[in-house]
Amino acid sequence: MLEIRNLRAKAGGREILKGIDLAVRTGEVHAIMGPNGSGKSTLAHVLAGRETVEVTQGEVLYDGRNLLGMAPEMRAREGVFLAFQYPVEIPGVSNMYLLKAAVNAVRKHRGEPEYDAMEFLALVKERMKLVEMDQALLNRAVNEGFSGGEKKRNEVFQMAVLDPRLCVLDETDSGLDIDALRIVAGGVNALRGPRRAMIVITHYQRLLSYIVPDRVHVLAQGRIVTSGGKELALRLEEKGYAWIEGQTAGPAAPAARV
Amino acid sequence: MSESAKTLQDLTTQDYKYGFVTDIEADTIAKGLSDDVVRLISAKKGEPEFMLEWRLKAYRHWLTMREPTWANVTYPRIDYNDIIYYSAPKSAGEGPKSLDEVDPELRKTYEKLGIPLEEQKVLAGVAVDAVFDSVSVATTFKGKLGDLGIIFCSFSEAVREHPDLVRRYLGSVVPYSDNFFATLNSAVFSDGSFVYVPKGVRCPMELSTYFRINAADTGQFERTLIVADEGAYVSYLEGCTAPKRDRNQLHAAVVELVALGDATIKYSTVQNWYPGDKNGKGGIYNFVTKRGACRGANSKISWTQVETGSAITWKYPSCILQGDNSVGEFYSVALANNYQQADTGTKMIHIGRNTKSTIISKGISAGHGQNTYRGLVKILKGAANARNYSQCDSLLMSDTCGAHTFPYVEVKNSTARLEHEASTSKIGEDQIFYCRQRGLSAEDAVGMIVNGFCKEVFRELPMEFAVEAQKLLGVSLEGSVG
Repeated sequence: MLEIRNLRAKAGGREILKGIDLAVRTGEVHAIMGPNGSGKSTLAHVLAGRETVEVTQGEVLYDGRNLLGMAPEMRAREGVFLAFQYPVEIPGVSNMYLLKAAVNAVRKHRGEPEYDAMEFLALVKERMKLVEMDQALLNRAVNEGFSGGEKKRNEVFQMAVLDPRLCVLDETDSGLDIDALRIVAGGVNALRGPRRAMIVITHYQRLLSYIVPDRVHVLAQGRIVTSGGKELALRLEEKGYAWIEGQTAGPAAPAARV
Repeated sequence: MSESAKTLQDLTTQDYKYGFVTDIEADTIAKGLSDDVVRLISAKKGEPEFMLEWRLKAYRHWLTMREPTWANVTYPRIDYNDIIYYSAPKSAGEGPKSLDEVDPELRKTYEKLGIPLEEQKVLAGVAVDAVFDSVSVATTFKGKLGDLGIIFCSFSEAVREHPDLVRRYLGSVVPYSDNFFATLNSAVFSDGSFVYVPKGVRCPMELSTYFRINAADTGQFERTLIVADEGAYVSYLEGCTAPKRDRNQLHAAVVELVALGDATIKYSTVQNWYPGDKNGKGGIYNFVTKRGACRGANSKISWTQVETGSAITWKYPSCILQGDNSVGEFYSVALANNYQQADTGTKMIHIGRNTKSTIISKGISAGHGQNTYRGLVKILKGAANARNYSQCDSLLMSDTCGAHTFPYVEVKNSTARLEHEASTSKIGEDQIFYCRQRGLSAEDAVGMIVNGFCKEVFRELPMEFAVEAQKLLGVSLEGSVG
């Protein structure tokens, strides 16, 4: 479903991604781990089409099509969803209002009739249960005055309503206490399925005890330095990122000069 | 420039779509102002003697006045002798007796503006009084309102048919000597709307006036007077557009509201005068005096305005809270895009006891626009327990625009309680990106964010108008964040 080839990208005038190769197939869940500043969030932003990140080389294919040539809203309508690490607040715009506009933008794009208020409400009611979302949050302004946990829950709730095909979760576990983590992870797990692929970006192994990945990749200094099965996450937790960086410092350095 | 910035740019530099000119024969007098011109206007309208005297008094006073310069706006000197003070569509003549008599060209114009004068409007519950250049062309539903004793007609007609009411209230809130532009208006005002709602009557529909400036080099000086007698209620809507012209046109209107005991007047404006082109050429100078008096106890006046047009806006809808427990409200959205300048706000004068006022002002600046909030809250000695809450928020959409706030407070009674909140924010690239990531186009994202910013004001507008205002804001912003 997703193929990233030799992706290089700059943000704030600095090269952050230095040649990423990654393939994710439909139905798979991939975890991307790595220390702070390794380029995890930049990768998520490239996939979503953030304009502050400049792709300097490489390509990204989504269902065989050039993802990087698509505007952010087109990617969203084609089923790419980013759960933000820091969801923004939009004063005066109700959560429900934004979400209804989003759902109908997607439906219109697919050639499906737009939902009316009743149909939309029915959908929302059903999906709310997935993340034990508080109804009061729906009528509040987008993320305004939400706690950190409520914001993350809201992201996963939006994901559930929008029914995307490729989900990118950017540090969705950060700032969550253990109960919230369990609820959010439960929502994500419920959305796993043969039609959907997920990229779960996290700093800690903790989340991966709840969302068990098919593959784990370790990102360091803008490159994937090692990949493996779910047990790789446990080894990392045990030995720390220094272990990976120490192991790969040799071979990685010459590659940077290419 | 990034793509979302570009979309914002496109979005806020869009063309003015009401800029067409109606080709219609007009009865226009020569440019310039003098005693004779004032007499001519009065004669053309067949006014009684008291009206002419009032006009002449105003004109003579105006000659002694100087144009004010304190507003935070700049414009070249206006030559008041280079303006036409009266222009009327010729076919209007004596004024149409029914809709069928209205010039078809004129009706087409209103249809283009989305204002059908047809009786179907009954369904929408809107009675429309349309002012084209200087005369009122048709007033719908007069009969239906008449059954309730409500008078809703053109100002000229009111002067002829209800001279006592006009005489009693005209100038009682905005005296002829009030200020330079109001005084000019008092001398040369051509037409406008008049509303009287009798004791205890709740007006069953929204009353609406639509103003349009068509003729070139013409000033529009309309005068509106609304009186709500004891216990009456009325909601009044006003909308405005003008054709695109290279020369600036002057619009100096006066609106007076009088609310007697227990009466409520709600006055909503969606102002979309031609703002000038992208380089600031042309456009309407909107120098307007709007004031309401809460004369009786428990009366209430609420102003809601959405100001998207005009090259320059100079306007302070105000409330004089005389009656005990009276309430004044001011809800405003003002947009300054391209080279528009807006200096707008309100005055709340607390005289009676337990009087309350609320001010919510939302200023949006885009392009090179300059937006100024100017407001006065004055608590007089006798106004025990007066309360005011003011909130002024500014939203900036480019690096070249400006937002300014001048709140004035004068308190002469120590039991008063005043609160003032203010904020300035810039529309965030991250907010736009967030919406786009959910599938919305950049235009829709900007529209949604701006509407969210204005929500507290829009919810004060009558339903139909609120939708209109949201659309208008979207159109007016097309092309603006950089």
